Formats: sequence, structure tokens, C-alpha cells
Amino acid sequence: MGQWNPFRLNGRIRALMLTVVLGVVILAVYAAGILIPQDAVGTDFIQAKQPPSWQHLFGTDNLGRDILMRTLKGMSVSVTVGIAASCISAVAGILIGIAAAAGSRFLDGAISWLIDLMMGIPHTVVIILISFAMGRGLRGLLAGIAATHWTSLARLIRGEVMQLRSQQYIMVSRRMGKSGGWILRHHLLPHLAPQFLTGLILMFPHAILHEASISFLGYGLPPEQPAVGIILAESMTYLSSGMWWMAVFPGMVLVLMVWLIDRLGENLRRVIDPYSAQE
Amino acid sequence: MEKKEVHMDKNQDIPVLAVSGLSVSFLMYDGIFGQKELRAISDLSIQVHAGEILAVAGSSGSGKSLLASAILGILPENAVTAGELRYHGRLLTPELQRRLRGTAIALVPQSVDFLDPLMKAGAQADGHRKPCPTQERRRIFHRLGLPGETEKRYPFQLSGGMARRVLVSTALIADAQLIIADEPTPGMSLEQALEALRMFREMADGGKAVILITHDIDLAVSFADRIAVFYAGTTVETARAGDFQEGGAALRHPYSKALWRALPQNGFEPIAGFQPYAGNLPKGCLFAPRCSRCTPRCMQEAPCMRVLRGGEVRCFYAE
Amino acid sequence: MKNAAGRAALLFLKNCIRILSLLLAVSIISFALVSASPVDPVQQYIMKIGPVSAEQRAAIEAYWGMDKPPAVRYISWLNALLHGDFGISLLYRRPVIDIIAERFGNSLALMLCAWVFSGIIGFSLGCVMGMHRGKWQDKIIRRICYLLSSVPAFWLGLILLLLFSVKLGWFPVGFSTPIGMLDSEVGIWQRLYHLALPALTLTLVSFSSIALHTRQKMIDVMNSAYVLFARARGEGGWTLFVRHGLRNTILPALTLQFASFAELFGGSVLAENVFSYPGLGSAVSAAGLGSDVPLLLGITLFSTLFVCAGNMAANLLYGIVDPQMH
Repeated sequence: MGQWNPFRLNGRIRALMLTVVLGVVILAVYAAGILIPQDAVGTDFIQAKQPPSWQHLFGTDNLGRDILMRTLKGMSVSVTVGIAASCISAVAGILIGIAAAAGSRFLDGAISWLIDLMMGIPHTVVIILISFAMGRGLRGLLAGIAATHWTSLARLIRGEVMQLRSQQYIMVSRRMGKSGGWILRHHLLPHLAPQFLTGLILMFPHAILHEASISFLGYGLPPEQPAVGIILAESMTYLSSGMWWMAVFPGMVLVLMVWLIDRLGENLRRVIDPYSAQE
Repeated sequence: MEKKEVHMDKNQDIPVLAVSGLSVSFLMYDGIFGQKELRAISDLSIQVHAGEILAVAGSSGSGKSLLASAILGILPENAVTAGELRYHGRLLTPELQRRLRGTAIALVPQSVDFLDPLMKAGAQADGHRKPCPTQERRRIFHRLGLPGETEKRYPFQLSGGMARRVLVSTALIADAQLIIADEPTPGMSLEQALEALRMFREMADGGKAVILITHDIDLAVSFADRIAVFYAGTTVETARAGDFQEGGAALRHPYSKALWRALPQNGFEPIAGFQPYAGNLPKGCLFAPRCSRCTPRCMQEAPCMRVLRGGEVRCFYAE
Repeated sequence: MKNAAGRAALLFLKNCIRILSLLLAVSIISFALVSASPVDPVQQYIMKIGPVSAEQRAAIEAYWGMDKPPAVRYISWLNALLHGDFGISLLYRRPVIDIIAERFGNSLALMLCAWVFSGIIGFSLGCVMGMHRGKWQDKIIRRICYLLSSVPAFWLGLILLLLFSVKLGWFPVGFSTPIGMLDSEVGIWQRLYHLALPALTLTLVSFSSIALHTRQKMIDVMNSAYVLFARARGEGGWTLFVRHGLRNTILPALTLQFASFAELFGGSVLAENVFSYPGLGSAVSAAGLGSDVPLLLGITLFSTLFVCAGNMAANLLYGIVDPQMH
């Protein structure tokens, strides 16, 4: 009992190390997608419909484009869209959450009704509607994903602010005549920052999955964009002709990426807030 | 309160339960690296005989409730134990504990939280054993003054007193020989507490052995036969209840004496300092940092339990 | 207990009012969204029926009320809705309400299958994890759950299609009703046959959330005072699970399952598209892509009603059945 074992690290340190490793892997995939030159995904009919080989690890598509390169490029597009949409959504979530907790009871009721409304329509349908309204493409996609993801963070932040509001030091500040904005900046935001960060990161995987799904349905990015959802939609046409690699590999990279980001978020939460995280 | 002073039969020699040198500790993560051993119970020894109530008394947060779990063999998985438990002289192995808990050894917890919120009181008191003791249970409910419809009630529909009687009924239904009552009185009015303790007194007078884990010295003194004073995870003294009634001089350990003086009717004199935290126990005598008679030896060496004037004490200098 | 019935009725009424208010809001928002769309529905319609003269075009516009402001059009649309008229689908040239009725039956079969199976599988796995917390069973199943929650429904559908249709040939690649057969001729086995892969897809992507939730709940139950007392009375293993674990986790799990209709519907949109399954999900994406505004609006409202019904069931379960709530 009690002997010190350097290999059995404390959970928090292990989480921190895992976070760094996961972050590096995700960044590497992301950077690869950006750094790949445009002509690496050019069409080449001589090379069309090639199964996986050393030259083309993931094979080539019907137009002879290298699927690995397309997938990597598509992944970085998906990650960018996912991060942008999550950021918009998270900012909306924190603002709405603070408004619900700090505003009047009527506002709180209105926001809770709005959250119910957002939870009442299937997200996929909302995104289809918004993307229809904004004329498909990137803008509609971003707006749709952002509009559907803020609710859980808003609820979390609302609860947190409600709890903070009744804390002694905030009461004291208020009695000392500090303004609402001052209390917000000096007391609330420092407490909410970690919640916001982890909420944001835990939103990424969902946002990326939604991006891929909506692009797959044909609403998201235009077909010339190398998005993973679009490659997979194209692969549907060639499934029966035996081009399995067009469906299998891009999807695997997508799943891996989403899973890595999800684990990253969970680990980061354990580093930032070791008590609330699940083991 | 009338106690049957002459309940000394031949079984007196073999206690129903004998705990010797029990230690319970937990391994916890600590700081950045490594683990820490939290010693919740250290080198604890008690005996309880048929027909008597042994009160294990000490302030809250001293690990008393873990004693019940250790006796029943239901400690959390990360607990490490040492020492020896004997039931009627037989070594209490995990296998024997599994067989005895709920039948020969019964726990009586204190609050409605220990009842499954989604199970009716009757089914709950009947327990899982076959055959279902429904008739016996109805008789015992009646004896405890629980109205007939109690068995159809969910815990949230019971009053605090009814819930406690349902909990007590489980020990009676099992006809357990050893009853461990864990903090049965907090949150009760004086009448309720007296009534609860009277039930345990009745059980002891009926030949059962009762361990009463409590932080209320006053109630322990009026109902128990002997009192084990619990401090920082171990017993520092075992005394007859009468010793507490006689006063400070009859007690043996400086902590017991201080506890006595801290009672409202004896001057309400608080004890200086704090009970040490389980992860940070002193090296020598556990009470040394707060003891007025502390010597360098006390700081270095932990005293053992020794017999003194019909009781036991863990102090080098008690006389 | 009369009280409980009264409370149930009140809760039911409150939920109904909330649903009506949500439906009204959804009708306004979705109407506003499609009105704001740069896609011109008249143009889309004309493209489908072939070239028309300027007068005919004006007549169509007048018939649809396109010459009036959106608010007026909304009122008349809502008025028609209240009379049961959802309009005519541009894509299918049939009343929207008929299409919804027919396709909802198909979708319901699919979602019900997935709902039941994912519920049973997820709950059972959650119980196994919770009862064996920290042991190998827990670790393995938990990893599988995390992984599955990262898998998009449409890709899983593609993989199943590759495996069972292309590779093994158990199912045809193109789905829907077999050619040359009327819908009414399609027997129950034919339906089940078409249901199998989409339902499997939807089940696999749905069970991890219920499993992880049940695991957490089970851990809480196992750490509770009443389980400590049950252990002290000699319960353990299977007995403990049946008497306390199951009893205290099944209701939260059922509640969560009812509250997950939105995810279920979202998943079915993807699964139906992959397998060309003739349900609401494939219809809604086709309606959006084909600018079939009446159908899009109709399905939006209908799916809202569906999700809200699930949420109401969850609320009622929590408010009435669970005696701890009193």
C-alpha cells in the first residue's frame, strides 16, 4: 500500500497529456488538408476508379481524383465549418444563458420557451429549412448548424449564473454599488470561461457530424467543394459497381476525426473541471 | 432508564462480536502525482456481548459509520482492511459475512434515504429472502405501532418516525443476533429519540447484542451498558456507562474526560484544537496534539489499549 | 390518489397548450423562412409543368397569392391548414396531407423498430456498465458507445449497404417498392425486408446515448444509501439489480427515450435517404431540394408535432409515474 508508482499518473495529468496528443493529431490532419495543393485533387481520367494502392492509398474516384487527398481537404473544410458554426453557437449560447439568468422572469420564461421550440423541431429539418431560406451553400449551412446547437450550452450557463448570483461575494459587490456590467466582467465571466470553452469544444463533433450529414443530403457545400459528405454522397452512385473504397475510407477518416475531437473535449473538461467530468 | 444489570449469563465470556486491531484505509489520488493513504479506522478493538448495548460514541466525521460497513463486509471496493473480526468466536471471513448480513447481523440505518424510494414499505421490509416473511412482518409492524396500510405506502408517504420504525422492523424480522444501529437519533425530537433508543434497549434486553453508533454522549449514557469512546478512527477508552454518570474522575482517557466536561450539564467546556484529518494522522498517540498531559513519548509512540479499572484505555499515563 | 389524477389532467392540459403555442410559432417561423428564400416557387413550378405564357404565369401567381404580402399569404395558409388543407405537393402532384399520411406510416414503422431496439439494447448495456463500473465490461462497452456516437447515420447506412447488399447480396441495392408492384400488393414480409437495414442503421446510431445515460444513473443508484442498506441486508448481484437497480433506472431511461424523438427523426432522414426508403425523411429532403414549399412546410409542422408528442410523454412520465416527484 502507498508505494509511489510513477507510471500510474493521476487522472488529471494523464488527461492533460492526452489532450496535447489529441490536439496535435487533429492539427496535423487539419494542416494536411490546407497544405495539399489544389492540383493534387485534380481530375485524371487515366487514373479513374482505381482501387486502393500504394500510389493512391484510398483509391481514386470516378474522375480519377485521389480520395485520400480529397478526404483530407474535405476534412479541413468540415472542421473549419464545424468550428465556425460552434463558435457562433457558443457565443449565442452564453449570451442567451446569461440573459435568461440575469434578466427578468418574463425573459427567462421566453427563453425557456424558445429552447423548447428549438428542441421541438428535429435539427435536420431546421437546418434544411434555414439552408432553403438562405439559398443553400456555406452561409445557410453555418446559420443552420449555429441555430440548432446553442440550446444545451445556454441551459448550462443559465444554471451556472443562477448559482453564482446567489453567492455571497456577488451580493456584496452589488450592495457596494457595482454595476451589472462590472459584476459580469469581474465575477461572472471568469467563472463562465471554462464552461464556455468546454461547451464549445464538446459542440465541435456534433457540428462536424451535422455538416457532413447536411452536405450528404445535398444542402450544404456546393458539389465542387471537397467536403466529406459530398464524397460520400457521390459514392452512393458507385456502390453497386463495387467502388467500396469511395464510401469506406472517407467515412472512416470522418469518424476518426469526430471521435478524436470528442475525446479531446472530454479530456479538456477533465483538466479544467476535474469534478464534473465523468470518469 | 431501567437496565438489566444482571444479564450476565455464561455467554458473557464469548462476545457476540469481537473486533481486534481493525484498520480501514483508502487509497486516494493526491495532488499532481501519487496516491495517499487515508486511514479512516486504525487499530480499533471492541467487544459486544449478548444482552448489552455498546455505544460507539465520538464526534461526527470520525469514521464511525465505516465501522458498520466493515463489520458487514460492505466497504467500498477501494478500501483496504487489516485486523480480525470474530462472530461468536468464529472468524468473520467475507464468505461468512455474506451469509450473516441481513440474517444474524442487521444494520439499522437512520433515515428514510435508506429506503428505496420506488418500493412499497411492506415489500421493502420483507426483503429479498425466501420464503417471504409477510405474516411475521405484519405482526412486527403491528407491534411497532405501524398502521395496517403502511405496507402499501411508498417511502415519501411515510413520516420520519414511521420510516425509522420500518427500518427497525427489518432487524426484528430477520431476528438478528447482532444489531448495528448507525446514528439512529439525529434530526429527531427528544421524545422520538428516546422512543427509538427504547426499541434498541428492548432488543438488548431480549438477548440481542446491540452496537449503537452515535455522536450523542448523553443519550448513549442513558441507554447503553458500555461506551467505547471513538476518536480519529480508533477507540481511546471503553467505559461502563456508569463511569460517565459518576463524572470525570471515573473516566480514564484525557479525551473522555474532556468530552465529559464538554457536556452542557458539566460546564460546557469546549475541547481545544481539531480532530486530525484521516490523511494526516499524527505519528504517536492520535490525541497527543490536543492533550494537556502530552509528553515527548506520546508524540513518538502510539499507546496500546490496556485494561484499567474495569474498562480499557489507550493512554500511557491513565491511572 | 384522486389528487394524482387531477394533477395528471392539469399537466396534460399545460403540455397541450405549450405544444399548440410551439406549433403556431413553428408555422410562423417556417413560413417566414421559406418566404425569405431566394428560390421562386412559381418559377420552380413552371419549370416542372413546362413553358407557360405570361398570362398563365400571372394566373398561377394570383392563385398562390404571390401578389399579396407574406403576412396575408400566411393567414390564408394557416386558415387552409385549420381546415385540413395542407396544399398540393409540387413534386408528387398530390395533396400534402395524403403524402404525409402515407409516408408517416412507413417512417413510423422504421422509427418504432429503432426506438424499441435501441431502447432495449441501450438500456441493457447501460445496466451492464453501471453494475460493473470500472471493470472490463464497462470499459469495452463504454468505448463502443463513444465510438458509435461519432458515427454519422448515413455512413453507417452506406457500410451496411455495402456489406449486406453489395457484398452478401441479401438485400437489393435500390430499395423502395419493387417495380411492377402496387403499394397495396406489398405484403408484410416485403415491408419488413425493406425495413431491416434502415432500422438496423437507426438502432445502431441511437443506442449509445441511452446506454451512457443509464450507466450514469445506475452508478448513482449503486452509490445510494438505499443500496448500501440493501447490501447490508445481504442483497447483491442479480437480486440487487432486479430489486433496486432496474426499478430505479427504467423510468429515467424511458423518459429519455421519449425525449429523443427529435434525434430519431433526424437519424431517419439520413437513413431513409441512404436506403431510398419511402418515408417522411426522404420526402423532406426531396421537398427541400425540389423547392416543394407546401410539402416542406407540412412535414416541418408534422415532425414538430411528432417530437412534441414525445416530449410531452416524457414530461407526463416524469410528472406522474415517478412518486419521488411528489
